[in-house]
Amino acid sequence: MTNAWTDIRNTDLVIVMGGNAAEAHPCGFKWVTVAKAERGAKLIVVDPRYTRTASVSDYYAPIRPGSDIAFLMGVIRWCIENGKVQWDYVKNYTNAAFLVRDGFGWADGLFNGYDAEKRAFDMTEWDYQIGEGGFAKTDPTLTDPRCVWNLLKAHVEVYTPEFVTNVTGTPKDRYLKICELIGECSAPDKVMTSLYALGWTQHSKGAQNIRGMAMLQLILGNIGLAGGGVNALRGHSNIQGLTDIGLLSNMLPGYMTLPKDSETDYPTYMSTRGNAPLRPGQTSYWQNTPKFFVSFMKSMWGDAATADNDWAYDYLPKLDVPYYDILRTFDMMAEGKVNLYFAQGFNPLLSFPNRGKVTAALSKLKMLVVMDPLTTETAHFWEHHGIHNDVDSAAIQTEVLQLPTTCFAEEDGATVNSGRWLQWHWKGATPPGEAKPDTFIMANIFRRVQDLYRAEGGAFPDPILNLTWDYADPMEPTPEELAKEMNGRALATVYDPKDATKVIAEAGQQVPNFAALRDDGSTMSGCWIYAGSWTEAGNMMARRDNSDPGGMGTYLNWTFAWPANRRILYNRASTDLSGKPWDPSRKLIEWTGEKWEGFDVPDISPTAKPEEVMPFIMTNEGVGKLFSRKGLKDGPFPTHMEPFESPIANPLNPGLRGNPAARVFKGDLEQMAATGDPDFPCVATSYRLTEHFHYWTKHDKVNAALQPQFFVEISEELAAEKGIARGGWVRVWSRRGEVWAKAVVTKRIRPLTCDGKTVHVVGIPLHWGFMGAARKGFGPNSLTPFVGDANIDTPEFKAFLVNIEPASGEGMA
Amino acid sequence: MTDRAPQPTTAAANPPVQPLASNLLPSDVVRASAMPHITAPDRQLTKVAKLIDVSKCIGCKACQSACAEWNDTSPEIGENVGLYENPADLSSEMFTLMRYAEYENPATNELEWLIRKEGCMHCEDPGCLRACPAPGAIVQYSNGIVDFIHENCIGCGYCVTGCPFDVPRISPVKHVSTKCTLCSDRVAMGQGPACAKACPTQAITFGTKEAMIAHAEERIEDLKSRGYENAGLYDPQGVGGTHVMYVLHHADQPSLYSGLPDDPQIAPIVEDWKGPAKKVGLAAIGLAAVGAALHGIFARPLKVEPEDEEDAEGLVEAAERRAREDRA
Repeated sequence: MTNAWTDIRNTDLVIVMGGNAAEAHPCGFKWVTVAKAERGAKLIVVDPRYTRTASVSDYYAPIRPGSDIAFLMGVIRWCIENGKVQWDYVKNYTNAAFLVRDGFGWADGLFNGYDAEKRAFDMTEWDYQIGEGGFAKTDPTLTDPRCVWNLLKAHVEVYTPEFVTNVTGTPKDRYLKICELIGECSAPDKVMTSLYALGWTQHSKGAQNIRGMAMLQLILGNIGLAGGGVNALRGHSNIQGLTDIGLLSNMLPGYMTLPKDSETDYPTYMSTRGNAPLRPGQTSYWQNTPKFFVSFMKSMWGDAATADNDWAYDYLPKLDVPYYDILRTFDMMAEGKVNLYFAQGFNPLLSFPNRGKVTAALSKLKMLVVMDPLTTETAHFWEHHGIHNDVDSAAIQTEVLQLPTTCFAEEDGATVNSGRWLQWHWKGATPPGEAKPDTFIMANIFRRVQDLYRAEGGAFPDPILNLTWDYADPMEPTPEELAKEMNGRALATVYDPKDATKVIAEAGQQVPNFAALRDDGSTMSGCWIYAGSWTEAGNMMARRDNSDPGGMGTYLNWTFAWPANRRILYNRASTDLSGKPWDPSRKLIEWTGEKWEGFDVPDISPTAKPEEVMPFIMTNEGVGKLFSRKGLKDGPFPTHMEPFESPIANPLNPGLRGNPAARVFKGDLEQMAATGDPDFPCVATSYRLTEHFHYWTKHDKVNAALQPQFFVEISEELAAEKGIARGGWVRVWSRRGEVWAKAVVTKRIRPLTCDGKTVHVVGIPLHWGFMGAARKGFGPNSLTPFVGDANIDTPEFKAFLVNIEPASGEGMA
Repeated sequence: MTDRAPQPTTAAANPPVQPLASNLLPSDVVRASAMPHITAPDRQLTKVAKLIDVSKCIGCKACQSACAEWNDTSPEIGENVGLYENPADLSSEMFTLMRYAEYENPATNELEWLIRKEGCMHCEDPGCLRACPAPGAIVQYSNGIVDFIHENCIGCGYCVTGCPFDVPRISPVKHVSTKCTLCSDRVAMGQGPACAKACPTQAITFGTKEAMIAHAEERIEDLKSRGYENAGLYDPQGVGGTHVMYVLHHADQPSLYSGLPDDPQIAPIVEDWKGPAKKVGLAAIGLAAVGAALHGIFARPLKVEPEDEEDAEGLVEAAERRAREDRA
């Protein structure tokens, strides 16, 4: 989230699109009901299904799964055409005025530079015109045809209401009504917030869906304001923490990236991470990367990381591919290239696409280790459970080890919520049986592996042998020790760069914030963005003071929010160019004439003069990006792309299939239905239900009673067409698998008309498997395609093709 | 013990950390089934109410979950019957249930999904209590809560007939009638009901009836501003008002909400039914051996004639038959 859960109460308009906040985030959704009850805020829901979020909305519109970009680009076009633009914001705080190179262009659904063979674009021309001093050229009058604003206007020209409604299936009157409601929030004193989740990310163009909303919010002037922002509602209580800590295969903590094979030394690595400002006087905060990187390396390898060995740069693994995401890993596993796999705290058998391929892949492992508080289907993937896991156990030779872990309520520690709050919690129960904390298990494995390297050597034992491991009990690092390490401490006295007599931290002291980190080896920090969470003043994450002096819901003394305890990112943009709040009743910070002050931690240097330093300090430009310069692999603007499996061809270019820049593995395309495939006429989408949390709560008898059995949701029209009775059995199948389910027949799903065709939607919730208290059932992943987003490879779970028929009962194994 | 729990003001209050004595006493009972002559309480508790604002309800079933957890019931893991209602009906193991109604509003041409939490309404004039032949099996406290005292219950099912909302369910195992108690045990300790505590959107609130009516008025004003001209409070006067009330978008048509009675009344058969009650009631008490220790007011000598025993046996058999049919 750019903002915080508690901030939602400050909004005038909530748009839930690409998510289902009431069902997937019922506790956070309370702030929507507060905004409605106390501010008179309105709620819009755009979703293929009339969800429980829609049930409390002021306005709802259906949309075909996978057509969100067309909708969003259409709204942008409508706002521009109807003057619903926050001009002062757009001109000053976005890159609207930046001039783009002449080679950039778009035609027939494709940006320039596409190589079909490589499934990749050459991004060279997706850049600004660079002038003197290495700065981007601009035209503040917005008259130059090559300025971003004019290119954007041209780009969205095709998204007329007719085009949008034809592609999305959204009725035109509803679409236009939503445009009007959104357009009202271009006024400086009207603010919209966007709440989204996996309904946007789980597409082959997920990142572009979100880009679309970010651009719209910039045009409306709603980023950085209380009650505004683009807010990702994270699907696990600590998934924000997972990404912060860099658990993705290509990441380092604090959103730094692992080196590539080609980056053979530290200077080469840093040469592309220098982040020189693209406009004079701008902050471009990532210029500080060396401080964060060196502090990280010191936290990893301590004295073994020195200036002379480039801070042990050679110890870091180098990527030979962009990343080893789940799809790549399981594709390799299916080819027999993976021997040992740790499934720690997740359930791939039911969570990863194309379950048949997942089962085949797991069957090729020599060993599978499952670390989980509950027994998972993955740990039992080799067991025959009738139709619900129809495997030949004798043919599977994988050895499976289950290591029971504690669950969050059985241990101390912090979880990081969607609003980036690190909230410390305390153990509430004693772990049952042999359950051990994950840290205990990892430490024990590591120490044993380290002993082996010590005894036997190896190709390159140094990174293992020299890893800092200074915990009181090396076999069980405590949450407190790990938290302090992530915050970081001074290794030598750290002085104020502006005043060499002023000590910021003595050697051995916790650093107060990330501004204290140095690139000379005098500080260490395991995760720079967490600096400030455990200072010399103690555990900031354990704070529980809910006073709110400004009445803006920032709660600065409640736990700790990264970065720097800031609750609303880009909050400098909540004021006009001179530093006065756009809306005085929603003041977060303001310029006093000397410095920035207010109810949130200013997201800018406290003394940065308002007319000089622009609000988006993390970008090289200093402003928000309507045009994403070489940022995303599939284009600087979002362009409509169909899902890989679609009932209609892409009207911008019927020859395009899915996202042209998405990676596709050999053999997977053959397992996908053709565009408009008559054998698979229905569009399916997957989702969670509020009664359950993923595959956990089916182990609980009460939750199991509240939603006991796998079902699919279909319209009355589709039910009538196929002869399906409410509560009857159905079989649903795709090119990859089949499931049996009960049928919920509802008015809440309606057939859509897209490109002249009737498109039926089949809703397929997850949560069921063959372990636990609930009835045995299936998950949508028996059906979903093995393809992901072009930028981060999140699987395309939200739009795929199926067929459906009535069944006399559950199928036979 | 002299420290007593405070009277509840809001469901959001945290529980006391020090041990406190109950603030809901046997002497606070103002009405008891088949016991026309009850000593008037020496104090009047503030009338309480639970307000369910259906316009804020997201149908998440946290209330159902909290209800089962607090009351330690075990709702069955049933089947999906093509609806979101699970379990499919109220039962002796599920005292409250979300009901989901899909409604196409002809005035606006909009689909509405009307979600209502069903359960005991805690009538000011409780039909169940009137119908109950077992002395002290159903009581009403001066704060308005209607409570079933299982020790005194004979499982005859008359309360089911007496209830205009079809709420009580006979336990096929324990042969007693069950329903929502408005968490009288929590209220006794100054707390609100478990469902209100668990409700993430504060669609369920709890407090004095007066405060809940005032809160409802604000909500109704908000709903009217959003075009729900007939928004209003459901506090049906046919049963003397209720201590569980709803804010409805369509207060002119309560039955849209999965059959909420438009104008609930106690059935005439219950109103008129006087004669046999006393006799059967006394007999049943004899069989049930009286859960007298629970409430001092019920501890009084009873004389049971042989023919009363016979009648009572028949009554119990009939109740068991009904329970078997329910199960089937």
